[in-house]
Amino acid sequence: MKSKNIPKKNDNIKSTSRRDFLKKGLLAGAGTVIGGSIVGSFNAFAENGDTLKVLGPDGKIMAVDKSHLKEIGARTEEQMQQAGREGIPGRKWVKVIDLSKCQNARLCMAACQNSHQLKPEQHHVNVLRMDRTGDTAPFFMPKPCQHCDDPPCTKVCPVDATFKRQDGLVLIDNERCIGCRFCIAACPYSARIFNWTEPKDAEKYKDVEYNIELNVPQKKGTVSKCLFSADLLREEKMPYCVTACPNGVYWFGDENENAVTNGTTKETVNFKNLLKDNAAYVLMPELGVKPRVYYLPEQDRIFPFVYNGSTEIKKEQH
Amino acid sequence: MSKVKNKEPGKSLNTIVSDLTKPLKTHYGFTPWILFLTAIMLLGIGAYIIQLRDGLGVTAMRDYISWGLYISSFIFFIATALIGMLISAVLGLIGIKWITPIARIAEMIAVGFALWAGLVIIFDMGRPDRFWHLFVYGRVQSPIVWDVTVVITYVAISILLYLLPLIPDMPFLKKAMTDQAKWKQKMYHILSFGWVGSEGQYKLIKRLIRVLAVLIIPVALAIHTVTSWLFAMTLRVGWDSTIFGPYYVTGAFVTGGAAVVIAMFIFSTDFRLKNYITHFHFDKMGRLMVLLMLVYFYFNINEFLVPGYKMKLLEKPHLYGLFQGDFALMFWLVQIGGMIIPIILLLFKKMRKPLPSLIIAIAVLIGAFFKRYIITIPTLMHPHLPIQNVPAEFHTYWPTTFEWSITMMAIAGAVLVVTILAKLFPIMPIWEIAHEEGITNEEMNEFTGNN
Repeated sequence: MKSKNIPKKNDNIKSTSRRDFLKKGLLAGAGTVIGGSIVGSFNAFAENGDTLKVLGPDGKIMAVDKSHLKEIGARTEEQMQQAGREGIPGRKWVKVIDLSKCQNARLCMAACQNSHQLKPEQHHVNVLRMDRTGDTAPFFMPKPCQHCDDPPCTKVCPVDATFKRQDGLVLIDNERCIGCRFCIAACPYSARIFNWTEPKDAEKYKDVEYNIELNVPQKKGTVSKCLFSADLLREEKMPYCVTACPNGVYWFGDENENAVTNGTTKETVNFKNLLKDNAAYVLMPELGVKPRVYYLPEQDRIFPFVYNGSTEIKKEQH
Repeated sequence: MSKVKNKEPGKSLNTIVSDLTKPLKTHYGFTPWILFLTAIMLLGIGAYIIQLRDGLGVTAMRDYISWGLYISSFIFFIATALIGMLISAVLGLIGIKWITPIARIAEMIAVGFALWAGLVIIFDMGRPDRFWHLFVYGRVQSPIVWDVTVVITYVAISILLYLLPLIPDMPFLKKAMTDQAKWKQKMYHILSFGWVGSEGQYKLIKRLIRVLAVLIIPVALAIHTVTSWLFAMTLRVGWDSTIFGPYYVTGAFVTGGAAVVIAMFIFSTDFRLKNYITHFHFDKMGRLMVLLMLVYFYFNINEFLVPGYKMKLLEKPHLYGLFQGDFALMFWLVQIGGMIIPIILLLFKKMRKPLPSLIIAIAVLIGAFFKRYIITIPTLMHPHLPIQNVPAEFHTYWPTTFEWSITMMAIAGAVLVVTILAKLFPIMPIWEIAHEEGITNEEMNEFTGNN
């Protein structure tokens, strides 16, 4: 990821560079979502006049009459679907999780749930309390979807509802998903969740256009999972969980650029060196699914381990 | 040999036709039985409507144990349906004669359970309204697509294998059922497909049945092997097994065999056909069951002893759960009560008589049902990474009333299909029984008025 494009804070969304303006004009005009706050962000630039400047398919800036925008509305979602299935050309997204930093703040989980219309028991990213050996101090391990390069979930999907993109992401199309849950059975990382009942705030999201890169609105009877915040990546921003972390746990970036940026400190480092210098590993490499999420070892563990929370949550009242 | 005793009475064609068509005409228990099955189904339909409205949340399934009773019932249904292939195809092709009076029963069970297997899998879908996506967006590498393909093929061939041997029976039905409703007579007429009982027609139908019998063997093997692959193709402890295909197929024969024994008992007593389904047939089925269960037992030893001996770190919690943990009671009941004791009992001739056979078969069938439960659920309770930050109900699974109701509806539905078929058509091929009694085609044609 180009570090200059990474915003320092979430409220940097309102930057005023010309390029950003045009890009957002395009996005707003296309009826998509800006900055993760879905409701109420439409038509932010609709009052600029009778024409709207948009980026054409060949990269040229073009003026489009506002009345035309309505007419192609239906096609735009289709185009968004298409773009969402293909991914962002030239990218290879990677995530590095520094286990020595995680203090179980769980702001990543909250940010993720807020942006993806998830109930408290639904996790795209889940901070696990790892305590396997029994004779060492436990540690906390955030577990998002591993976005495997050889994903066992997409292989078993009977309808191509979950798929691998050219930029490394594994996404899900909840307008196609038939709810067979074979992908849940196939995922060795338990990274997938299911909408067993109506999703949270279903009424509120009823008329929101489906964004395949955000997987919102969620739909009853379909699978959902971590998307590496593909909607933000398209805007050259870092994922919700990454920027929400107060402890510098997450590094995110582009393997092709060989650079990852820390979501908390915004420091950008050499990706390969970061892995090598810290003896990074992936979860269960023996399964051969080639995860795109790397872990830096759980060194300097807190000892004695103090943890008053529970790993069980109360059932949500409906 | 008891076979000789079986033949002694020397049934006339008249007796055969009247014996086999009588249950189709007057049968007092029929209406209450249909009402009983319909009541169970109505309950299930109600439960399913609520499930459609509220989502799969009405089940006990959650994000980790995401497959439950529906999927295990699906395997059970497919397993039961497989017996049609074993009895009418495999045993028929190698020339086993004693299957004549039970082959059609096996085929009825195959049709009923295969049809409902297809429906059970739809009950498990989060979006049954998108079933058509399978045909529009279907991808070849998904075992589900393979499964849908072979299930549909198996249902089709099973129906043909049921219908074709019915054709030569139709003239008898037309003649014997003249006092019955008009639509029935019309149906018998249509289904006779212009059968006149000529030598050429007999030759043709025998050849067709033979071709279908050969065809159904690979399809049946495929249907259950692919079903096992829904599990074996994943990276889960307890499913990640190379012997799942044959393990499922052999288990299926045990399941279907038990179902056939139960059906044999019910039909022979209730339809008063004890002269046709005799002690001899129960004895033979008992012996067959011993063989099938021994093969299945062998696969069970492989499936549990081999990983149990090694106790790999990842497999340990799963295997301990089965051998001495939460599932131990069910596991050992199923293995001992549903397999080992039946094998031992059926070794004794006395136990292969109708009533003991029935009781043993019921135990085997119930065991087979819960064996599928044991295969499906415990594995999901032990994922590679811990289950955390979810409500307590996410850790456990026991089917809800909705799941039981819907599953009972499926069982009642499959039994209903068998019942209706048994009520509309003779449960044994009249013409084949007649052939066995030494009655010629000419005599049959004379009887039916075809010349």
